[in-house]
Amino acid sequence: MAERTEFRLSGSGGQGIITAGIVLAEAAILEGKNAIQTQSYGPEARGGASKAEVVISLGEIDYPKATVPNYLLCLTSEAFRLFGADAPEETVVIVDAFVDTEGSSRKVISVPIIQTAQSDFKPIVANVIALGFLVAYSEIVTQEAAETALLRRIPKGTEELNKKALAAGFALAKTAG
Amino acid sequence: MSEEKVLFLQGNEACVLGALRAGMRFFAGYPITPSSEIAEISSIELPKVGGRFIQMEDEIASMAAVIGASMTGVKAMTATSGPGFSLKQENIGFACMAEVPVVVVSIMRMGPSTGLPTSPAQGDLMQARWGTHGDHPAICLIPSSVKEMYEFTIRAFNLSEKYRTPVILMTDEVIAHMREGVKLQENYEIIERKRPAPGAFNYQPFLDIDGDGVPPMAPYGEGYKFHVTGLSHDENGFATNSPEKNEKLLKRLKYKVDKDAEEIATYSEYLMEDAEYVLVALGSVSRTAQNVARQLRANGVKAGLFTPKTLWPFPEAALKRHLSAAKLVIVPELNLGQLVLEVERIVKGSCEVKLIAKASGELFKTDELYNQVAGVIGE
Repeated sequence: MAERTEFRLSGSGGQGIITAGIVLAEAAILEGKNAIQTQSYGPEARGGASKAEVVISLGEIDYPKATVPNYLLCLTSEAFRLFGADAPEETVVIVDAFVDTEGSSRKVISVPIIQTAQSDFKPIVANVIALGFLVAYSEIVTQEAAETALLRRIPKGTEELNKKALAAGFALAKTAG
Repeated sequence: MSEEKVLFLQGNEACVLGALRAGMRFFAGYPITPSSEIAEISSIELPKVGGRFIQMEDEIASMAAVIGASMTGVKAMTATSGPGFSLKQENIGFACMAEVPVVVVSIMRMGPSTGLPTSPAQGDLMQARWGTHGDHPAICLIPSSVKEMYEFTIRAFNLSEKYRTPVILMTDEVIAHMREGVKLQENYEIIERKRPAPGAFNYQPFLDIDGDGVPPMAPYGEGYKFHVTGLSHDENGFATNSPEKNEKLLKRLKYKVDKDAEEIATYSEYLMEDAEYVLVALGSVSRTAQNVARQLRANGVKAGLFTPKTLWPFPEAALKRHLSAAKLVIVPELNLGQLVLEVERIVKGSCEVKLIAKASGELFKTDELYNQVAGVIGE
């Protein structure tokens, strides 16, 4: 893997963006890599723009934030407008299929994350599907490590739902090529 | 999978775990971003170990409560951010004067006033030294990693117990909210406050019986009866107007920390050998600065980084020792110029000192700081 791989996950408060970032970083820790997760959010606990960043490296991580993200996830149109539309060329931009990218010429990978959560599971697991997609698409950590890390951070009784949602994210990555 | 156990912790979470390891059994606070997780996690963990958590009506009362708890012999902590740190100052002064060991955590966000509640800043550095009025000793530790949040919290308790004085643990929002892997040591030294010898008659709570400036402290509730006041007092703890006793007290309070200042003061250095361009940065900025120093070296510039780990007392002698090859000292900080004042005082014109100030509520990005540092070097 590269010396430093950076992820920026963005959406709105309450979508579980920060939890997804924590799980991704913890999966890397489980594999013996170094990882740092940071976040920023508005004063409103719900609804405001929310951003989590994860830096994963085999070496020491000094600067803890993303500089030029290798992967950017945007779950809302606002997040795409804020972070996606003028993302650096080398950044892989992944947007939810509901995100309005009209008027932007930025190349994106559009994935039906929220649609899958709503139709196959519950809207609340959209972040877990997104996490599964990021893990499988980037191959930054193994799918096993991602599942182990996920199971540490979810409420009791939701294990099956979350495992299936994660697997659905892995599957979406296959079809995205 | 790695063999060594690595914990994945948030800075604030590591602070609470370190406090518990040090023996914290009381927390009183009034939650405030970006320190709220410290109160939240303390409220969950303290009852499990027989400790007490109280959410008080405000920061003033929280500070009073931890002082009261500590006077009964319990290790106590509170946590806040700038607005609450301002409110706690009066009682921090009381703890200095009454010589009560307590730990006060302050996670800096952008001020003044309520400012930008969720944004990092480093604008409270001087408040940690002179926030409360009058001459008083000050110890302030500044972590710049999650591991240091754990270890420095233990050290904050140790120093407060050893010197019978409040200790400030201060850092910025980035370090408090960041999560990273932490490998902990198996053993940490834990220091307990000096108590009067068993059966000591005529106990004088403010008598420097050992000559180190730190009188033994008896816990309330264990048979010793003594008076405590914020007024200038004699060795029995009773208020006095005596000029001699007042001067003796204030000098002892200063002496008890000053005499060990160089031992208390800690720092880290990065690429400092033969460094001509010395960055001095703390908290989250030291992490950007480390990246910048490395990039500069790669481009043939002899740059290094000096990171104070105690802000007060400042690692003054260590900084001086590291400036033998220095042509320029550069101080990047998330305020409009505070750390730079202390650095200028120490450098005293032996070389030039330049400030790189940022007050937008964001951490320096690596490219941004690199360009600014390169610009200053090129001037």
